[in-house]
Amino acid sequence: MQKRIRKPETSLQGQPHEPALPDSKSSLRFIGKKMKRHWQLYLVVFLPLLYLVIFKYIPMSGVVIAFKEYNVIQGIWGSPWVGLKYFDQFFESPNFWLYLKNTLGINMYGLLVGFPAPILLALALNEIRNGFFKSSVQMITYAPYFISTVIMVSILIVTLSPSVGIISKFTQILGIENTNFMGIPSLFKSIYVWSDVWQFSGYGAIIYIAALAGVNPELYESAKVDGASRMQKIFNIDLPSLIPVSVILLILNLGNFMKVGFEKVYLMQNPLNISTSEVISTYVYKVGLLSSSFSFSTAIGFFNSIINLILLVSVNYIAKKLSSSSLW
Amino acid sequence: MIKASRIRESYGDRLFLIGVYTFLIMVTIIVLFPLIFIISSSFSSPQAVVSGKVWLLPVDFTLEGYKAVFRNPQIVFGYLNSLYYTVIGTAVNVALTVMLAYPLARKTFYGRNFIMVLLVITMMFEGGLIPLYLVVKNLHILDTRWAMILPGAMAVFQVIVARTFFQTTIPEEIAEAAELDGCSDIRFITSMVIPLSKPILAVLTLMYAVGHWNAYFDALIFLKSAELFPLQIVLRNILILNSIDPTMVSNVDQMLAQQGLKDLLKYSLIVVASAPVLIIYPFVQKHFVKGVMIGSLKG
Repeated sequence: MQKRIRKPETSLQGQPHEPALPDSKSSLRFIGKKMKRHWQLYLVVFLPLLYLVIFKYIPMSGVVIAFKEYNVIQGIWGSPWVGLKYFDQFFESPNFWLYLKNTLGINMYGLLVGFPAPILLALALNEIRNGFFKSSVQMITYAPYFISTVIMVSILIVTLSPSVGIISKFTQILGIENTNFMGIPSLFKSIYVWSDVWQFSGYGAIIYIAALAGVNPELYESAKVDGASRMQKIFNIDLPSLIPVSVILLILNLGNFMKVGFEKVYLMQNPLNISTSEVISTYVYKVGLLSSSFSFSTAIGFFNSIINLILLVSVNYIAKKLSSSSLW
Repeated sequence: MIKASRIRESYGDRLFLIGVYTFLIMVTIIVLFPLIFIISSSFSSPQAVVSGKVWLLPVDFTLEGYKAVFRNPQIVFGYLNSLYYTVIGTAVNVALTVMLAYPLARKTFYGRNFIMVLLVITMMFEGGLIPLYLVVKNLHILDTRWAMILPGAMAVFQVIVARTFFQTTIPEEIAEAAELDGCSDIRFITSMVIPLSKPILAVLTLMYAVGHWNAYFDALIFLKSAELFPLQIVLRNILILNSIDPTMVSNVDQMLAQQGLKDLLKYSLIVVASAPVLIIYPFVQKHFVKGVMIGSLKG
């Protein structure tokens, strides 16, 4: 008999700090009381939440115009539905595959080169014990991060220009004729990707350097005692300890896969390289704002976001399966 | 006699270390050379720049390029506009970020998980260019200074960074103690949280300010009037689209001089436009590194 009575008691004892909530009504009252006591916090978050609603959630609901024949007079909700018309129009246009190929190509190339570059820099810097040399290199390689996109592209244009550029000086010495590098379609991807490496590797390395600084020094000690070479130390201690942070950064990079680069690609475009430089996001801008096809442009943008979301979710899923680190 | 901790570097290791040094020196040169080249060119005579005599140091030192930059009213106005957007925009950014991040760091704030989900959703999915443009248009702030400040008034990523900071540095117990003493939540934020959070406030200010100074995309889509243009748009027009007011050129002689000056102007302009950020860079680098590292903490 006694045992049967005790049972509910023990389950309550399991969570002694939890207030006893006999029914949902009083738990609501409890929450209400808590909210009332901190009403000022709700006042404080009101403005930021208003911002989120107006500039994030209303535009999100605005993607319905991709399925409508948008016109200014009837507005977003009054315009007639047209289903997938604009998606079909995009998929059937001869340029669809070209733009998709350019978008994927630039991003894949950028990921293959741009992802390992900061890791390599961080590993090299980690080998140096000398404080001054190390911090100077770090500070110098970090600086280009602060150069704006417009300035970065301007630097590319002046350094690669056939008349005054520094690169054409080198080619002149080698006896090669002046070339307009920015106008060669096949070079566009490389210029884009390698200038990104130039600009962002130092910044990207910071996080890896921090991760390497957190490695247990005993590991290095025992590796030394075991007679490991510097190479072996990098492969057996440094690289494995970078895996968690690099997986997270890889997922974050992939989360931006499809939208990457509008600003820079758009500025680097010129009539000569347009065949390789037009990507989906620049096309969205041109179709939407320069020629005012709002519905068509939103449909393309929506397609871009969906691909992006699918990529992010699946990469996160794979990362979770393969290693323990993931975004959520 | 026994010094076990000192194990001599092997031949291979020393060779490897030389390789590492060579690699880092090369990287540094590659990063530094274009920057030095641009600065030197900006101080050289137009003839030296066009004929390609400049390598590392200025040739025929002159300030002509800089004079041309500051004679151009577009550039000066762009500079002032950018300053305005940077100061006001950053103030709004930091205020909104703290206003959202601090309550989210409080365990007693009911509904914080819901708001976090709302935040994370906006990081993964967005309406896109046209729907945002239509919102700005319907608010009737298209082509006004507001369009440069409101649509980007808060960055979700920075909110998460700030929330992590508040969670780890301001213990819940202080807030509870203040509450017992009759301190209101708003008063607690203004007189306790803000003074205790100078590092994160510095980081947020710097990150947002650099973003505003370098931004050109908002201006490209939301602004039409030239007198509202920030520096970056002016730069784009001059440096990338290559458009300089043709009324300034009257005859052929002047045009030739203008051509040389135009190339020089580009270099000077690059230096002038990057100067504010690069000048403060050595002083704030520490904070930036800290900011990147706070951001890397899992929220």
